[in-house]
This record gives sequence, C-alpha cells and structure tokens, in this order.
Amino acid sequence: MNNHGRPTRPNAGAAPRRGTFTGNRALDMEEALIFETGRLDATGVDFEAPGPFTSKLGAHARDGAIGLPGLTEPEAVRHYVRLSRNNYSIDAGLYPLGSCTMKHNPRLNEKMARLPGFADLHPLQPIATVQGALELIDTLAHALLTLTGMSAVAMSPKAGAHGELCGMMTIKAALAARGEDKTRTVVLVPDSAHGTNPATAAAIGLSVRAVPAEADGVVSAEAVRAALAPDVAAIMLTNPNTCGLFERNIVEIAEAVHAAGGYFYCDGANFNAVMGKTRPGDLGVDAMHINLHKTFSTPHGGGGPGAGPVVLSKRLAPFAPAPSIVRNGPSLSLAEHGEETQAFGRMTAFHGQMGMFVRALSYILSHGGDGLRQASEDAVLAANYVRASLADLMSAPFGDRPCMHEALFDDRWLKDSGLTTLDFAKAMIDEGYHPMTVYFPLVVHGAMLIEPTESESKASLDLFIMSLRDLAMSALAGERERFAVAPVAAPRRRLDETRAARQPTLRWVKPAPA
Amino acid sequence: MRYLPLDDVDRAQMLTRVGAPDIDALFADIPAAKRLVSPLDLPNGLGEFEVERRLARMAGRNVAAGSVPFFLGAGAYRHHVPATVDHLIQRSEFLTSYTPYQPEIAQGTLQVLFEFQSQVAALTGMEVANASMYDGSTACGEAILMAHRITRRRKAVLSGGLHPQYSDVAATLSAMANDEIVRLPFDPRASEDIAALIDDETSCVVVQSPDFFGNLRDLRPIAAAAHAKDALLIAVFTEAVSLGAVRSPGEMNADIVVGEGQSIGNALSFGGPYVGLFATRLKNVRQMPGRLAGETVDADGRRSFVLTLSTREQHIRREKATSNICTNSGLCALAFSIHLTLLGETGLRRVAALNHAAAVDLAERLGAIEGVSVLNNAFFNEFTIRTPRPAAKLIDDLAARGVIGGLPVSRLAPRAGLDDLIVVAATEVSMPADRRAYAETLAQCLQAGGEK
Repeated sequence: MNNHGRPTRPNAGAAPRRGTFTGNRALDMEEALIFETGRLDATGVDFEAPGPFTSKLGAHARDGAIGLPGLTEPEAVRHYVRLSRNNYSIDAGLYPLGSCTMKHNPRLNEKMARLPGFADLHPLQPIATVQGALELIDTLAHALLTLTGMSAVAMSPKAGAHGELCGMMTIKAALAARGEDKTRTVVLVPDSAHGTNPATAAAIGLSVRAVPAEADGVVSAEAVRAALAPDVAAIMLTNPNTCGLFERNIVEIAEAVHAAGGYFYCDGANFNAVMGKTRPGDLGVDAMHINLHKTFSTPHGGGGPGAGPVVLSKRLAPFAPAPSIVRNGPSLSLAEHGEETQAFGRMTAFHGQMGMFVRALSYILSHGGDGLRQASEDAVLAANYVRASLADLMSAPFGDRPCMHEALFDDRWLKDSGLTTLDFAKAMIDEGYHPMTVYFPLVVHGAMLIEPTESESKASLDLFIMSLRDLAMSALAGERERFAVAPVAAPRRRLDETRAARQPTLRWVKPAPA
Repeated sequence: MRYLPLDDVDRAQMLTRVGAPDIDALFADIPAAKRLVSPLDLPNGLGEFEVERRLARMAGRNVAAGSVPFFLGAGAYRHHVPATVDHLIQRSEFLTSYTPYQPEIAQGTLQVLFEFQSQVAALTGMEVANASMYDGSTACGEAILMAHRITRRRKAVLSGGLHPQYSDVAATLSAMANDEIVRLPFDPRASEDIAALIDDETSCVVVQSPDFFGNLRDLRPIAAAAHAKDALLIAVFTEAVSLGAVRSPGEMNADIVVGEGQSIGNALSFGGPYVGLFATRLKNVRQMPGRLAGETVDADGRRSFVLTLSTREQHIRREKATSNICTNSGLCALAFSIHLTLLGETGLRRVAALNHAAAVDLAERLGAIEGVSVLNNAFFNEFTIRTPRPAAKLIDDLAARGVIGGLPVSRLAPRAGLDDLIVVAATEVSMPADRRAYAETLAQCLQAGGEK
C-alpha cells in the first residue's frame, strides 16, 4: 500500500549535505545507470560464435544496433550489489506495511524451489515426466482447501488481483449458467475495499455499488440488505477487513446475499489473521483468493511475483478455469481444456506460479496445522500489543476494541501539530523502520495501518513501540523540524514526485552531444 | 516452531498489556458457532531436514529438462542463466522488499526498474515499457484491452500463429468483458491473410513473431493495413532471445509490443513465475497498464527514481483504472535485467546466433528422416515438423526413450486436424550429441511404429 495519490514535494530548508569528491558517504554509494557505464562491446558471458551455417532468418534478420549496454561479471556484480544496498527489506528490519503481511521469508523455501526437479521443468513436458510436480500442486491444493473449508481451488492465478479476476469470472460464469449474467451486473463493494476490488469488477463489465461501513468499522447486514436488489451479482468483502477488524456480521451478510441470489466473494488478503481460527467455507464464502506471497511467506521480490489461488464453494467449483489436476488411480494428469467441466476459460498460459507453490508448501509443511494456527495467533497478538501500547498517544478510529492482525490509527491526534501522516511516516525512515501503510483504507482520515506480523520478537516489537512513542511525543511537543525534513538519513531525501509525473522520463535516453 | 520468535512468557506478558484474558479473547468477533475448535487436519510441523526430504522426493519424480536431450519450447525456453543472476536476485534487499512505495528507501528496486524499462524499450524498438506484467499471456490480454481504450472499439482479431493459450486467455477476458474477438484458424505455414479481416470496427490485430509454429513474420504490411483502418497492431513474442537476431517489432511499426521475458534470466519452473514485457509508443503511455518507474530529483537535487503516472492505477482510480494489476513480477524483471546486462548487445547477439545455428542444424537432421518434413521457410530457434505418425504418441515414445522432443500441436490445439505436427525448439544449451540423439531416436520410433 502507498501514500495514495499524495505526491510529496522536496522539503525546503534542510541542512546541506557535506560534499565528498565521489558523492559517496562511506557505505552509502551513488551508482550510475548501466547505460552510462556499460558498453555495447562488453559482455559478462563467454560464448563461442557458431561455426559457418546457412541462416534461415530470411529477410527478417536485424540490422543495426539494439543499444543494449553490457558489463563484465565483476562490474555487474558491483552494480547490483550497490543498488541493493539502497533498499529496505524484511531481512533487515521490521516492515509493518498493513495489508501486505511482510513476514519472514524462509530460505529453505528458496532452496526447495530451486531443486532441478521443480525449477528445470518445462510446463509442457509429457505428463509422465512431471508426476512429482502435479503431486506438489495437488498437495498444496488440499492444504489450502483444508485451511479454508472450501470445495475446490483454481491454482493458476498469478497474484491477488489476478485471483480476484478469476473469482469474479467464476461467479459471472455461474450466473451465465443460470441465465442471469445479463441481469445481474452490480457488485457491492464497501468503501474500505482495496482498489483492486472495484477495478476487477469494472474489468469484466460489472458496475460497483458502494456499501457504507458502520461507525464501528464493519459492514452491517442491514446496509447490505439495503443495497441488495435483483441486479446484484455478488458482494466483494475483505475479511478481516482493511480496518483490521473481523467482519462480525459476515454470516448474516452471506445469508442475505445468497437469499437475494448473489454470490459472496471474499478478498483473502488478510487471511494471515485467521488460519486455524475459522474457515471461510464455514462463513458462507463462495470464492476467495489467497495471496501466497502474504500468508504463505513467498518473497515479495520488490513487487512480485506473487500467486493468487482461488478457493471456491461447491456451487462455483464446476466453473473453475482450466487447467485442473485429475487423479486416475495412482497417476495424475492435467485437464488443460476444461473438458468435462463447465470451465469458464483460462486465466494464463500454463499452470500457474509453480515456483511460489513449492515455497508455500514448504512453509505449510514446516509449520504444520498447529504452527499455522500459532502464526495467526501471534500475528494478531503482535498487532494488538502495538495497538494497546500506542493507544494513549495516537488516535484509533474505532476506539480500543481489539484488532485482528493489523492496527489502524488515524491522524486526529496530529491535528494541532501541523504535521501529516506522511510526515510521521517519513520520520520513521530515519529511525530505521519502513513506514506503515499510510492513507489506506480511504475511509479513515490520514490512515496509518500497522501490521507487524508474527515474525517479530518481543524485543523487536518493544523497540518499535518505543520508537513510535518517541516520535509521537516529539510530534505532540511541536518538534516540527524532525518531521518536516525527514528523512535525512536515508539514501535519498523526499522526492519531487510531481515533477516525475508532469515531465515523465520513463527510460534512459542518450544525452545530446554538448 | 523455528519461524516464530515469541515464547509463552512473551505471549503472557503481551496479553497482559493488551488487557485480554487469553488469546481467544482477541478473536471474539468471530461468530461463536464458526470458530474452529478442532485442530486443522494437516500433518504436524516438520524440521528443515524432513521438509527437504519430502520435497526432494517429489522433485525426484520429475524428469528435469537438463537431464535429457531436450527440445521443448512453445512459449517457455531453456537457456543457460549465469550463476551471478540467481545469486544477485537472492540479495535480501531485492528478494524481501515490497513494491517500492517509499522511494527514499527503495532506490535499488526503482533504479533497476528504470533500467529494465529502458532495456525492454531498446530490445523491442519501442519508446516506453512498463515495469513488467505477470507473464506474456496476461500481458497480451491487457494489450487488447488497452487497444480497445485507445481506439474506442471493441473487436480484436487474433492471428492463427498466436500461441493457443495466449488466444485462450484473450478470448476468456474478451468474453467476460463482452468484447468481440475473432480467432483465425491455426496457421502453421504463416499463410493467413489477416489484413483482409481488419474493418472499421477492428480495434487491433494481434500477431506473434516468431509465431507459435516458429515462423518469422513480416509485420510491416499488417501494421500498414491496420493503420489504414485506424486500428492498432499488437506484436507478440514468446522468445525474447529472438530479438537479438531478428528485426524488432518497433521497427516494423507495431503500436503495442508484448512478450514473455522468461527466456532471459528465468528458470522454466513448470510455467511460472515468469515476466511479461509490455512496451508501446509514448503517446499511448497513459493508457498503459502496470507500474512505471520514472526519473526525478530529491530535495538535494540528486537524480532519483520513483513510481509515477499512478493515476492510471487501481489504488488511485479504483473502477476507472487501466487495469486491476497490483503485484507484478518484480524479481523476475530483475533477473531479466541482470542477465541482459551480463549479455549486453554483444552477448545477446552471440547467444541468438548460437540458438539459430542449433535450430538450423536440428531442422536439417530431422528433415532428413524419411517421412518427416520441416514446414517453415524462415525461423529462429523453433520450427514445426510434420511426422508420418500421430505426434502425441511419438512424443510419448520419445520420452520413454529419454528424449523430450517438443510439443505435439494437438496438446494445445486438439481437434484442429494438426495431429501430425510437432513444434521443436533448439537453444544454445542443446549440444550436437543431443541433436544427433534426437534424430536417431525419432528415426527408431518411426521404424518401430511402422513395424506394428
């Protein structure tokens, strides 16, 4: 999550940096672009040219240079290592981005995904040569069904938003089978939803009807009933929701939606709060995506790849997209064309994010059922610990009721300080922390959404809490300078985001000769 | 549990601070009847060694591509990836960071994305590229939606040389969005006349080169025909290495270029994760889906990079966004970018030449077998053979003899009357001995089949 459309401007009045000859400061190093240091004739890969042969490229051969710089291996290693050092990471520190579940990424999972039997396997090899891969997907699928209490799972979606698309397409296909896809074209979406929810609905020609949340942060069954009509295809509800609360009317909401002929799509981004505590299948959910890159620890990689399998209820299961795994006695095969089912089509080439499946199964096997439940309990406990430890200084929009795995604050407490949520977030950077999710959910003014996850020790949580308390007291004491210039200790000060958007420079271009 | 730092003493102290009598008090909002009381029906947690043993057993049931003579492509390609690539992408700061929303502490990822965008733009011959999509097939689907937005038309015409699963993905998306799609019949010889199908309702034509059957296609006449009707040409590729040898889609006047980037820097990994490449003309940039890194300065005036033009995106625009995409394929884009930097212009051209030479050699060997013919006139590292016996059975027979010989077209195009075609790929990792082994084994399989 990000600072939602609030571009920062460079802050004035900051103390100038003391210059060095190189522009570097010890371990803090500037690094040029590969286009400035690389050469067209340099390479870090040794290949012998092929012997003489008759080209079959015909008239299609490329003429002229492509313009791709090359670096030798030592130069390339240094370039990327230097760049990497300008990134914050979960390995280096607490990363409390609400709704993102930045938990520890076990290295065992990386090792497993790189086993040649998984990594060096082509998706279209003869089925007899990929039995272990199908077994792995099938095993993970069963674990996901056990955790969610659902009937079927579509494994192929490539990320959360892709899973949402898959789930909503499944619902549309089920409506079409009932002959109601032309009449049911509205999706109910609470204002607090992730932006992907309305964008997904719009992508498949559905329109969005907003459902307000109550003053206590959750959606009421009455509000849903008021919005229900014969034109409603489905509700998209995040649970636990983006305010960090369990939608406690969820069973009643599901019943109302079902009674009105609609389906219940649950955004499963926050599933990390409830593993082993409750199952979406028992709550009346018809479809839910699971972010393997959140709940099941596959690394975020600076923005993907993710994986978003979608679990489905019994009545949606027949419409799941191709491919699906079919068991014939001891052997497994792939139904790649939706034969013998009412599959609505295909989400992607091949079979989904195998590399992520291996990592997620490695994580599940490591934890076991008890461990997953403990992980959810610890995640919820950590969030509540942070919430309770800051509640006297910072304002919480829904009072002091317990939260799930993320704690939400608003900016009322900053009202007289002249500071914003963004200022507070940037000052956290100087303290060695990645900021929390800010300005999301949109329903809360100046939102600060903190998700510490189960991966933090108590000592780590205590230091984080003390740091935020120190910052909060500083803000309330009117020490504006600490915030206005922040960050001062990061690889960069605040960026001119307005300039980036108004005069977009989106690729390197060769400078004109002076 | 080795991944959970809290112990029971910590938990008790924390519950006290929270003011909760026990952990279940924090879950009180879950309706009582829906609380899970029995343990999950999953095995107990395992130590690292035991997890390794179990997963290695599953991995061992697969035939790794590198363990046999291997000639399968059809959208995913086996190339040599330098050890440096996998080492660097496992740097904690790349592997375990989130999308770079706080640019002051994410310049590493942001500069990589800017360099990646610049590399993709150069490679495709286009003006601007985004920071990646999930894969080639989904990038293709998104490109069609983008063309619809630009032209305000809703009909796409798909070439019969487009990868069948790319066509399936596009058809699924179009059906769901109530858009029109025209799929030409499978076109193994690149003989279709797609220009004739472009009319005033057509938003875009989608043409792949090298195509699914390995044919190289001249996109210039198609671009001209499309532009004459104010329609767009979407050029697709599934083998990025080909761009080291063949004319770029940008030079052939494509409006949007999408492709699969797996073959540079990324393992086969049974189909994912891969990395979708997406490039276009600058004038279309505000209709482009996905993230974009752009250059700017920080408060000290130093060059810096930041995600920009985000008013196109779902977290700002919600239902009016250009796409619902959020997480994309950052780490695979990094692998692509590092590998391409190591190759450079010289290395990419060299490896492309090696691919082409290997494929030409293999085509000659296979074409020399009695009853086998090569369909293609011009190809890069992939071509199609016609066999005198059903291809699917032949491929299974070859696998039983330890050769992975390609893709029987019928697997992805059943009931298309193409049961005697195999799509065959040869890259720089195929050795002359492998190619000899393939030709000899195929000849044996055909002989054995003939005797039955």
